Amino acid sequence: MTLDMFIQHLFNALALGALYGLIAIGYTMVYGILRLINFAHGDIFMLGAYLVFFSTIAFMPAWVAALLLGLTLIIFYSTFVGFGKKPPVWFWAGVALAAGMGCYYGFIAPTSFAPPWLLAVAFAIVVTSAIGISVDRVAYKPLREAPRISALISAIGVSFFIESAAVVVFSGLPRPVRQPEAMVKPFIFSLESITGNADSLVRVTPLAIIVPVISIILIAGLLWIIYRTKPGLAMRAISKDIETTRLMGVSVNKVIAMTFGLGSALAAAAGIMWSLRYPQIFPYMGMMPGLKAFIAAVFGGIGSIPGAMIGGAMLGFMEIFIVAFFPELSGYRDAFAFILLIVILLWKPTGLMGEKLREKI
Amino acid sequence: MKTNTQRNWACTALALGILAWFLYYAQNNFSPYTVQILNLVAINAILAVSLNLIYGFTGMFSLGHAGFMAIGAYVCTLFILSPDQKVTMWMLEDMPEILVNMNLPFFPAVIMAGIVACLFGLLIAIPVLRLGGDYLGIATLGFAEIIRVVITNIPSITNGALGIKGIPAHATIWWNYGWLIFTLFIICSLLKSNVGNVFKAIRDDEIAARTMGINSFFYRVLSFCIGAFFAGVGGALMGSMISTIDPKMFNFMLTFNILMIVVAGGLGSITGSIIGSVVITFMLELLRVVEDPFSIGSFEIAGVPGMRMVIFSLLLLIIIIFRREGLLGTREFSWNSLFFMPRYLKMRKQIEPGSGKDFGGRAH
Repeated sequence: MTLDMFIQHLFNALALGALYGLIAIGYTMVYGILRLINFAHGDIFMLGAYLVFFSTIAFMPAWVAALLLGLTLIIFYSTFVGFGKKPPVWFWAGVALAAGMGCYYGFIAPTSFAPPWLLAVAFAIVVTSAIGISVDRVAYKPLREAPRISALISAIGVSFFIESAAVVVFSGLPRPVRQPEAMVKPFIFSLESITGNADSLVRVTPLAIIVPVISIILIAGLLWIIYRTKPGLAMRAISKDIETTRLMGVSVNKVIAMTFGLGSALAAAAGIMWSLRYPQIFPYMGMMPGLKAFIAAVFGGIGSIPGAMIGGAMLGFMEIFIVAFFPELSGYRDAFAFILLIVILLWKPTGLMGEKLREKI
Repeated sequence: MKTNTQRNWACTALALGILAWFLYYAQNNFSPYTVQILNLVAINAILAVSLNLIYGFTGMFSLGHAGFMAIGAYVCTLFILSPDQKVTMWMLEDMPEILVNMNLPFFPAVIMAGIVACLFGLLIAIPVLRLGGDYLGIATLGFAEIIRVVITNIPSITNGALGIKGIPAHATIWWNYGWLIFTLFIICSLLKSNVGNVFKAIRDDEIAARTMGINSFFYRVLSFCIGAFFAGVGGALMGSMISTIDPKMFNFMLTFNILMIVVAGGLGSITGSIIGSVVITFMLELLRVVEDPFSIGSFEIAGVPGMRMVIFSLLLLIIIIFRREGLLGTREFSWNSLFFMPRYLKMRKQIEPGSGKDFGGRAH
């Protein structure tokens, strides 16, 4: 393999690994707290990509957007504030935003909902995180006391529900995503001074740099929330011992909802970046990345956020570089992750950075 | 008790006779579509019972059923295809000579399918069954995916992503129901024997079972391999029945359908699995109505493609949230309970509720 090819693959692997890491964090957070594999996480990822697609390319009607925003507000409000209490500032800000949007798109520009690109991303992330919270409330909360496998079956059911509902609503056809021009125009570096060969060029699209950078920023933000804020402290406490935390006066359900919200927001961000990098979306797109990201989380040590990042990065590098070095194995690409899973579970079931779980008798 | 045993055997024979008459009637009088659904019921029941053995009775959450079915379907198909078919169909790569000439009648081919699936089950069980709970589910799901990827990538044996068409339709209604009854016989007698008790002990509390001196790993592998055998058989029958197979067919959706049947019928109830497969297979077909356009009075309602699966998954969610133990829980049907039923109802009527004289449970 030549140096230019190697660097090219390095950038690809970095972007893929960062995306896996972002999704894996959602799995690891939920698993750390509830000991539940949130199967629906991959589908939340898909919904994020679709929401951006429908607000920037194939425009959805303004009333759908306003409705989604309204429902999001209701979900956030009922989860974090509770009806009958004095609403906080952010709630009024949200109401003002939704009303403003309704007025703007309803009266001033009565076409479809076509916000600027960044606003669409924010919209998608907020709505998806509300969907994540409602998945928890509808499908997992009634089963908190049930055996863990029941919750897992429920998770599989939710996952299939979201996928098949997406087929009905969005149609099962794969759709091409238009990438913003500035993000895909490649920089071309010449490596002639190193290799002495005029043909050794490296093409790097801005996207290949933006994706890891944004991922790292998001992860840093998440780490700040978890290690430096009160809700983050509560999350860590719940993952140690849910009952004691409840006795300490923490409203556990709120914190769990917040975990789902944060995880889903990260998944939506990952989904949006995924759809830009691999510009095609379809209702089942979340399944494979979701499973692989879960494997990345197990590899890194489930329950550990740095572990999820490292696991995601390792998995991304492994997928790209095994295919790069052994092109004849490219057909088996989807199997690598699962082989890795079986190997890691046998060799070190707690993963690279996981804590040892002792079995309670 | 002796009379009871004789009575039960007589009842079983009678029920089998009625089933045979019904199948004969169905074969001659029903439309091919209905007969096909009946076939599917039998195959789904075989698969559900085998998954129930692994999950419901031994407590191992396995999501690898589609993988075993794929192995079974491919092995059986390779045996029953004629050499001419193999030569013309394998377009991507030529098939090795030894495989081209390999040929067996249907029954041994299905047995071989089961045995190969069972061997793969053994292969996967030894590393993976050291895990428990949800990790086991993910690892077996991963195994099924690996099988699918491998099948796609060895075109000289499996014809790759093109799949195999024109499989001889040996799997008639008689074969399918014959295999169903054989499966039921084997698994029910297994569960009635002491091995069944060991399985249930492991399900209820593995550590306690090990403390009692049970080699739990051996029994878990045993249960897994038997389940894999019947999953392979089910896959083989399914391949021959629908006469075309390709790797995409054996995706997670297939496992999900079987899991749905098992959960809806009741984990740890063979009767539940049978009822579940009848109800859910028919329901899945009847739900096709919502996908076709239909009219109520003068209104034309456009069908919604894909709506079937939405309803189906919602149903699973409702069952798991509101009735976690499924339709029957761990209850089983038996002739004794049927004959005891009138007396039981009479006794329940005589006793005032709350008088303290309760029977403390159901008739078994």
